[in-house]
Amino acid sequence: MILAQQQYLSDFDWTSWDPVFLVVKVVLVFSMLLVSVMLMVWFERKVVSDMQNRIGPNVAGPWGILQTLADGIKLFFKEDLTPDGADKFVFKLSPYLSLIPAFLMFAVVPIGGNFRDGNDGSVEIFGHTTFLQLVDPPMGILLFLAMSGLGIYGVMLAGWSSGSKYPLLGSVRASAQMVSYEAALGLSLAAVFLTSGSLSTNEIVASQVDGRFGIGGWNVFSLGFIPFVVFLIAGTAELNRPPFDLVEAEQELVGGFHTEYSSLRFSLFFLAEFMNVVTMAAIIVTLFFGGPDGPILTSTFGFVWPILWFFLKVLVFLFIFVWFRATLPRLRYDQLMDLGWKVLIPFSLGWFLILAAIRVGQNEGWNLWIVIPVGITVMGLGAGLLTAAIRNARANRSNADFVEEYG
Amino acid sequence: MSLQLFSFLLAGLIVLTGALGVVFARNPVHAALFLIQTLFGVAVEFLVVEAHFLAAIQVIVYAGAIVILFLFVIMLLGVDTAENLRVDPLVGQRFAAIITGGAILGLLLAVINSVDGVTGNPASLRAVDQNSITGETIPNINQLAETVFTTHVFAFEVTGLLLTVAVVGAVVMARRIPGALQPLPDIPALGGSDDEDSDVDADVEDVDVAGEA
Repeated sequence: MILAQQQYLSDFDWTSWDPVFLVVKVVLVFSMLLVSVMLMVWFERKVVSDMQNRIGPNVAGPWGILQTLADGIKLFFKEDLTPDGADKFVFKLSPYLSLIPAFLMFAVVPIGGNFRDGNDGSVEIFGHTTFLQLVDPPMGILLFLAMSGLGIYGVMLAGWSSGSKYPLLGSVRASAQMVSYEAALGLSLAAVFLTSGSLSTNEIVASQVDGRFGIGGWNVFSLGFIPFVVFLIAGTAELNRPPFDLVEAEQELVGGFHTEYSSLRFSLFFLAEFMNVVTMAAIIVTLFFGGPDGPILTSTFGFVWPILWFFLKVLVFLFIFVWFRATLPRLRYDQLMDLGWKVLIPFSLGWFLILAAIRVGQNEGWNLWIVIPVGITVMGLGAGLLTAAIRNARANRSNADFVEEYG
Repeated sequence: MSLQLFSFLLAGLIVLTGALGVVFARNPVHAALFLIQTLFGVAVEFLVVEAHFLAAIQVIVYAGAIVILFLFVIMLLGVDTAENLRVDPLVGQRFAAIITGGAILGLLLAVINSVDGVTGNPASLRAVDQNSITGETIPNINQLAETVFTTHVFAFEVTGLLLTVAVVGAVVMARRIPGALQPLPDIPALGGSDDEDSDVDADVEDVDVAGEA
């Protein structure tokens, strides 16, 4: 549990070099996340301005790359305000409640290591064998779900403790949205568990390599795209990013849950938000795109290639998140909830059942040419019934409204 | 002191302070926060005894969903102000609570007394993960899955059904039946001039309907 290859707490040895390696890894992951946030903010501003025919930040450093640093320093020196009506303790606590889960989530992401040809992704550094991830607990990816669940508290309590209406509305919206989309997120994760047979991120990556054409084993292909698409949409909603950024809809809510925050406390929310974006991209790559898997092109410095592949893939998803932001208009609140509850959850549940049926069919030796059409037909029937029910409910509701209003 | 014992004591401290906080906090939101602390501490205790899956589920389900709902209710119903603890809202509630709490404490002590194998000994924990015949290590996640879906599958399915029934019940209760609800009767003491206003409103609405028809 503590170090990647030690599953038991009682195995942890204070007298060896383990604690030193642990601290080094923690510091490495921590600083890597901080630097990635700095670059991500710059990247986002630069790409968005490019898409809008603007130049974007270009003064601080080459191509304005130090702009985030300058903004951060400015935030440090701003006055720190606490509203009179605020619940002081909770108000000060909540930025940390959203920051700490954001850090912890990245701990389970494997950022490198060769998984091909029977390797298990471990590398040897200074005579110390380890995975290139902070920890590999048996609960693996569930840590990600647990931490994103805890991250909701930061947003929710920030809005409540501000003692003001706009933040409260923003935080109620945010927590309702995050709780609803967590269900869709979990259901598409379940499809991944079904093929990998494990919760550990290391084993999830290991189960994706050595497929057809080198990439045929990646979950995005072997699960048939649907879980990936659902995860991407639900993940974007979980991050409160456009087009799901009703949480901080400027035209309606001023700034949403962090309206009353200033200075360092505001920057902590900002940091947590962007760290979550980077982590979400890394999790998507780990779950659906084989993590650090990719062809090893040279044998000297062979350990560099997986890390390079990983960062390349993460970059693609970061670009996609920015692209969403620059392109898509914001959803209305009821559209958001409809999409989450009436489309994504039933769809991912149905797809999960089909995958499970195929899995059982393979184990029992059934003819898959029969199992798959039957599964898809049953799912189509279910979808038809659901649509009919929703349409009927909507008709009834507008009828009832009419009766109530006009008698 | 081994790392395991240290973690156990630390998590125990977290659980106990959280539990006391839930009882003594005057503000319901603070009490909910202490509840999260307690649940989180229990999750850490699960980790100490190597029950990783239970720890994750504890955080996801209880801290991530149930307390969120508590907070929703507290915030949206507007009861998030400090309470006066000297007032007993239900007569005899405090007495009943003391009796029930004492009974549960007795029950727990009896259970702890009757089991003598709970030591947290790493060797015994590992033995759980090892197949007695082949000596092969099976993670307790897999063991849990196998038990739930084979030995206890009936109880598991019935629990699932129970939760579904609860959801359906909530939907039925929230449903509006057209025409069944009557408007509240006028209270004579407050009536009078209000009556005329409502008549005017009704007239305007009638005109609207006529216009649309």
